[in-house]
Amino acid sequence: MSTEHSTDTVRLDEGHHVGDGGIPAQFANPGLPPHVHRMADESEAAAKRAERQVAGLFTLSILGTVLFLIAYFAFDTAHRTWVPGIGTVSTSNLLLGVGMGLGLLGIGLGAVHWAKTLMPDEEVVEERHAMRSSDAARGEFVEIMRGGGEKSQLFRRPLIKATLGGALGLFSLPLLVQLVGSLGPLPKNHLSLTMWNGTPDGEGGYTAYTARPRLVTDPESLPIKASDVTIGSVYHVLPEGLLPSPEAEDEHLREGLHHGFLEEKGKAAVLLMRLDPKDFQDTPGGKKAQEWGYQGIVAYSKICTHVGCPVGLYERTTHHLLCPCHQSTFDVTDDCRVIFGPAKRPLPQLKIAVDDEGYLIAAEPFHEAVGPSFWERG
Amino acid sequence: MSTTANDRPAMGLRTGDAPVSAPPSAGAKKLGGAVGWVDDRLGPAKGVNYLMKKVFPDHWSFMLGEIAMYSMIICLLTGVFLTFWFVPSAGHTVYDGSYVPLQGVGMSEAYASALNISFDIKGGLLIRQMHHWAALMFIVALSAHMLRVFFTGAFRKPRELNWIIGCLLSMLALVEGFAGYSLPDDLLSGTGLRAAEGFMQSAPVIGSYLAYAVFDGPFPGEAIIPRLYSVHVLLLPAILVGLFTAHIVMVAVQKHTQYPGPGRTNNNVVGFPVMPVYAAKAGGFFFIVFGFIALISAIVQINAIWVYGPYDPSPVTAGSQPDWYMLWADGALRLLPGWLEFSAFGYTLSLNVAIGALGLIPVVYGAMAAYPFLEAWVTGDKREHHLLDRPRNQPTRTAIGVAAIAFYLVLALAGSNDILAIKLHMSINDITYFFRAATFLLPIVAFWATRRICLSLQRADRNLVLHGRESGRIVQTAEGRFFEVHEPLDEYTRWKLVGFEGQEPLQLTAGTDAHGVASPAAGKDKLRARLSRLYFQDTVQPVTPAELEAAHHDGHAHEAIEGGSAAELEAGSSSGHH
Ligand code: HEM
Ligand code: FES
Repeated sequence: MSTEHSTDTVRLDEGHHVGDGGIPAQFANPGLPPHVHRMADESEAAAKRAERQVAGLFTLSILGTVLFLIAYFAFDTAHRTWVPGIGTVSTSNLLLGVGMGLGLLGIGLGAVHWAKTLMPDEEVVEERHAMRSSDAARGEFVEIMRGGGEKSQLFRRPLIKATLGGALGLFSLPLLVQLVGSLGPLPKNHLSLTMWNGTPDGEGGYTAYTARPRLVTDPESLPIKASDVTIGSVYHVLPEGLLPSPEAEDEHLREGLHHGFLEEKGKAAVLLMRLDPKDFQDTPGGKKAQEWGYQGIVAYSKICTHVGCPVGLYERTTHHLLCPCHQSTFDVTDDCRVIFGPAKRPLPQLKIAVDDEGYLIAAEPFHEAVGPSFWERG
Repeated sequence: MSTTANDRPAMGLRTGDAPVSAPPSAGAKKLGGAVGWVDDRLGPAKGVNYLMKKVFPDHWSFMLGEIAMYSMIICLLTGVFLTFWFVPSAGHTVYDGSYVPLQGVGMSEAYASALNISFDIKGGLLIRQMHHWAALMFIVALSAHMLRVFFTGAFRKPRELNWIIGCLLSMLALVEGFAGYSLPDDLLSGTGLRAAEGFMQSAPVIGSYLAYAVFDGPFPGEAIIPRLYSVHVLLLPAILVGLFTAHIVMVAVQKHTQYPGPGRTNNNVVGFPVMPVYAAKAGGFFFIVFGFIALISAIVQINAIWVYGPYDPSPVTAGSQPDWYMLWADGALRLLPGWLEFSAFGYTLSLNVAIGALGLIPVVYGAMAAYPFLEAWVTGDKREHHLLDRPRNQPTRTAIGVAAIAFYLVLALAGSNDILAIKLHMSINDITYFFRAATFLLPIVAFWATRRICLSLQRADRNLVLHGRESGRIVQTAEGRFFEVHEPLDEYTRWKLVGFEGQEPLQLTAGTDAHGVASPAAGKDKLRARLSRLYFQDTVQPVTPAELEAAHHDGHAHEAIEGGSAAELEAGSSSGHH
């Protein structure tokens, strides 16, 4: 490299030329600094010491591997040990991991220490070359490609060109159609229906009930007497027939669903709460909530209208329901309106009533799709 | 059969064969055995020699990519082990393994097998934890590597393609991690899938079809576990390995970039050859990463899938959070307000979900992949760059990077807003409103502050070059004044501070062609010129020899007396010829 001011002739067709007083316009790269020797390069004792350190690390590796082997055969998976600072852990996991870890670290640290102390540490310079191919090579490339096109007569035979284009454009369609067409069934209206509509027909649809279903507790699957629901209590509720109810008379209810109970539960799960009727707000929502409920007992879908987590927390004092996933907060006194968080829609309410025996039943199915929004839900 | 007159050993020449050329040299003789056997057939020695002599520059920040590579290899290795025991099936079973609290509980076969790996297979828990720790390490290292590449400008020509591959790798790593995390089918992973199904439903028009296609019907169904399994162990690993191989081959072909410094130029690579130094260091480093992951898996428990039990759509999952690398997307979902959902004409557009769940990652990664081209457009720089930038010498780029980090951090913190609320005794509402504002404001503040900091660091560099280093020695002048002696920098130290290019904004003609007629591209050119001016605003140029000379003659002249200004200058200019 040389600095720029060294030319003696100045071209006058390039505008002004500012004299630099013999000082270069920029500093020049001073080149590699002189090499500094390490201790091990200069003293044989230091080199010997480095050798012993490297060997020590490799020995540590051997010991680690031995530890692993011993631990593997000495401890079964149930054995537990208390380790200060960590707590009670699986002995086997601890010793196997430590053994394997030392076995590997010893090799690694040894090799790196070896490279740093004893292997050459003088830097080497390699030249770079521009990435671009030479003009000749690029020209030849164009020639070869064009030649190929011409020799195959691709450009002169438009019929071949057009049909080949078409064939290449279409050949992947069968694969795509197969994939897209067969991955899953069409949703139909199944996202809008739940087991509160009827018994699952196994195809995603529902056969309407002859008698409206009772609300039963999850997971005991026991019917709920309205008079047992005290103010302030909360129940996790499912439609009867989803889980097995050992005490039911009807055989289907006794056995519960054989198939797809997670899918049904994922749509039908309901939270049941009893509020003091004067806790409801004097708003259209608050009134509707009471009307659809029974003496202050109200039932709402447990599936968050944001992206579908179970709404898990009920604050008894404020009557707020909180979703643990993204903190959408619903106000039970105002028909589960969203008062905070990313959800837009209130939790759908399940209209309830009591049957002749005083048990809570679902008077009607949900009036809208539960859970996360989707395009055609309306 | 006829034999020739003079007998020859079986190994000898057939008649007509060319005689063996000169006897092998001492070096060649050593290449016997298996290696020689292979070379006889494939001749790899030439290529291997070239690779073994290849020079790699050395810097701690170049190890970040290495850590990512090794962690991925460890994921591949431990993942194969896991496949031997993991049962990718949502089929129902009742647990009868040795973890007492869950005995007799109904669950999926996938969850039961993951419990089995954790409690009944010797070393299984170790492998599972190593797999998960390596996955986290993979994503941490890869992100840090990406930041290194960004802030040093290593993505510039000719490495734009590799930057794009890197962006793809990083995005797929997130998906791969999420797929893996969903496999064990415990309560947390099922809740994650539940949310993922909600994300799909939010896609405009096709949402419910998409969700039904992916889950083969209503959520959760029995298809998602086996499907995710083949994505996780086959499809994505194949793509990751393919892209990663291309990534590494490109690094070898284009040669590694290097930091600027004495002796380092845009036309050379200064460093250590693969054999033996790099082979030992890089090979050793693989073992270090592997060993570190084994140790941490021995000591620190990760993803204790047995704590929450099997997936069930209804139980409470308070504090439910994804793996950390998904927190930012989760945070975006927490911040997007509900009014972004619209209903009209019987259709619902759920932008409060879709923006964060479907749009964020592709848009952010798209912007990242486009950045090298945008920057080159604004700076007008079309040259090859093999010397890295010190981040301070590119104040605007550095500021953009820090602004992006600020944006990411706000979202990631928002992903823990409930935990923060409890820890800080604040209301979750206030924290969320704060983060909503911060998403927009903090990046702006970060941009502005970073630019200022870079510029003042550059000025500090200039000062150091012009006035030397404070020596700590106080001297009294003849007139009785005191001053501290400043020692001029030696040329190697100085080069580190002045060895970068001065910068100028693009000069574009003012939107008119030679005849004074507004050209069609005028608007675009104007925008480009304006952006370029903004990009290079307040730019600080490197000290020139003339400035140094002048500094020695001005009021600080006494400082220069120490080094001798004339001698200094000579050193500066003569060392250029070597
Ligand atoms: C390269 C990137 C990879 C990443 C980031 C990754 C990540 C993960 C994560 C986070 C888990 C959850 C682990 C847990 O239970 O805590 C997982 C599970 C699993 N992975 Fe991977 N993985 C990768 C590659 C692979 C490969 C290549 C295979 C197989 C060939 C594999 C096989 C498995 C299996 C079978 C499980 C389920 C086992 C279990 O959860 O107990 N993984 N993966
Ligand atoms: S799923 Fe309930 S707030 Fe997101």
